[in-house]
Amino acid sequence: MSPELLIDALIIAATPILLAAIGELVTEKSGVLNLGVEGMMIVGAICGFAVAIESGSPALGFAGAALGGAALSLIFGVLTQYLLSNQVATGLALTLFGLGFSAMIGQGYVGVVPPATPKLDFGPLTDIPFVGPVLFNHDLMVYVGIAIVAGVWATLRYTRAGMILRAVGENHDAAHALGYKVIRIRLLAIAFGGACAGLGGAYLSLVRVPQWTEGMTAGAGWIALALVVFASWKPWRIVIGAWLFGGITVLQLNLQVAGVKVPVELLSMSPYLITILVLVLISSDRRRASLSAPAELGRVFHAAG
Amino acid sequence: MIQPITRRGFAALTLAATLPFAAQAQDPTKIGFIYVGPVGDLGWSYEHDQGRLAIEEAFGDSVETAFVESVDVGNDAESIMTQMALQGTDLIFATSFGYGPAVNTVAGNFPDVKFEHATGYQRDHPNVSTYSARFYEGRAVIGHVAGKMTQTNKIGYIASYPIPEVIRGINSAYIHAKKANPDVEMSVVWVYTWFDPGKEADAARALIDQGVDVLMQHTDSTAPQAAAAEASILTFGQASDMAQYKPAPRIGSIIDDWAPYYIQRVQDVKDGTWESGDTWHGIKEGMVELGEFTDVIPEEVRAEAQALSDAIAAGEYSPFTGPLNKQDGSAWLAEGETADDAALAGMNFYVEGLTGEIPN
Repeated sequence: MSPELLIDALIIAATPILLAAIGELVTEKSGVLNLGVEGMMIVGAICGFAVAIESGSPALGFAGAALGGAALSLIFGVLTQYLLSNQVATGLALTLFGLGFSAMIGQGYVGVVPPATPKLDFGPLTDIPFVGPVLFNHDLMVYVGIAIVAGVWATLRYTRAGMILRAVGENHDAAHALGYKVIRIRLLAIAFGGACAGLGGAYLSLVRVPQWTEGMTAGAGWIALALVVFASWKPWRIVIGAWLFGGITVLQLNLQVAGVKVPVELLSMSPYLITILVLVLISSDRRRASLSAPAELGRVFHAAG
Repeated sequence: MIQPITRRGFAALTLAATLPFAAQAQDPTKIGFIYVGPVGDLGWSYEHDQGRLAIEEAFGDSVETAFVESVDVGNDAESIMTQMALQGTDLIFATSFGYGPAVNTVAGNFPDVKFEHATGYQRDHPNVSTYSARFYEGRAVIGHVAGKMTQTNKIGYIASYPIPEVIRGINSAYIHAKKANPDVEMSVVWVYTWFDPGKEADAARALIDQGVDVLMQHTDSTAPQAAAAEASILTFGQASDMAQYKPAPRIGSIIDDWAPYYIQRVQDVKDGTWESGDTWHGIKEGMVELGEFTDVIPEEVRAEAQALSDAIAAGEYSPFTGPLNKQDGSAWLAEGETADDAALAGMNFYVEGLTGEIPN
């Protein structure tokens, strides 16, 4: 079991949930709880797959996946922001709709082999022992995922736009009184969440599996949702959580193959247990943890007067 | 009449809308199916749905079928079957091992509804039947081919849950791979899921990274086939032909053909002759079929596979024929002795030579 191969497999397993979770984090930071991550991921998976097949370009595929995920999320956005429907129910319905809709448009793509997503060429950097394969031997989306996390972190922390987004999520009435367009800002956050979930889904159908199968997300969206909570809405903790989860999933499979004498039941539970445990521990400061959830999460905003 | 595709969660709602209470003029026989994965898995659930379509084909307007896919075992299964029963369904096919408790609970509440539980063993009520296929017969044949085809002498096996059906498959494949190639080793990975393409692909990759060049699976999706295609190793279609991956990586397949059994059981319900029972059919009856072996396999190996399959079909050979020892070295079957169905049904041990432990 070589560590380089293991790390490569870890990153492939972690990237779909990393992308979906960072998108959902932004949505939730704006005060909106969208439980439709699974639905947006699977729609992204088929949109990305279909565009990649038709165009022959995985890059266009990922762009299509982001658009598809964002478009689906805007259905949720319109229903919850303009028609003031219940966010929990609408999110669940979005998942069901996404699963069915993707199955329908996916009919013609079953058993088709997608164009391979190439690894980026870093020239001689890739040949550095250990560091090369670990840092400089991945496909573009792996770096895009990290860049999105860094961007979200910097935006939330250092920019005015991030401040406004947080204000909307913490107290929408105050933000509204200050003249911010609460609904417009939330729609943008929802669309960003949808686009990221779409990218995560496409990573599954174009890189991790790579094929189209109905229902292929198989719960990854729910894991991404849980990750946001356990990461206490902190961008870098999403990376830790996703890599832990992906890493232990891959590691336990490899340990099984290697015939390590650890009970398999324990091994297969371990990704869930360890990820939750670690994230709970690093956010165990009660006083600060209670501040991390956006105060208006899931609440309906209706401008009075 | 074809019912629209329904989804978990919407199931109750949709069924309520599509299976009206009022008896219709012809009073067609209503048949419900629940599947553990999506119909489009191209594996296990897909083949059960082919069986459902065969019923519609055979009986036309005198039957009405409905299905719910991706149903979790446990509460979901129970509520969906209850809903089906309340809507006047006459016969329910529950097509995954884990539905057993739910089937028997609902069957107790609705004595007039007939239940068919695939790969199950629990028949607590006279309105429950169980049925399965002797997949291990097919496993013996592809095990032989795997043993002949591996060059690294390492065969990988993606296993779902540690239940007798899966363990039988592993043992049968291993025994025949070993006979074909004494140097063979088999690595088993338990993924604890029937359908999760991402995890199945990860498992395939873990096996491939550690030198496996022939891969078998007891999970429902074609994800391992895709991973194998990438790595240019060999695989076998599972539950369905998985012909999209011919001629390689998929060099053969075990196909489950449920249609004849399903049609027979529906006829029995219509005739009023349906009785609780346990059916276990294999290659002979056609419930287990071997898909085309592709040209990647040398001709003499294909001929051997065919001969093995014929011998099993004719009843001349049982895949579990002694001398065979258990993993711990204790004697199981003496020279020439074969395992009876009770021993097969409860199989909870590896045969000698397999490494690793079966999870509890």
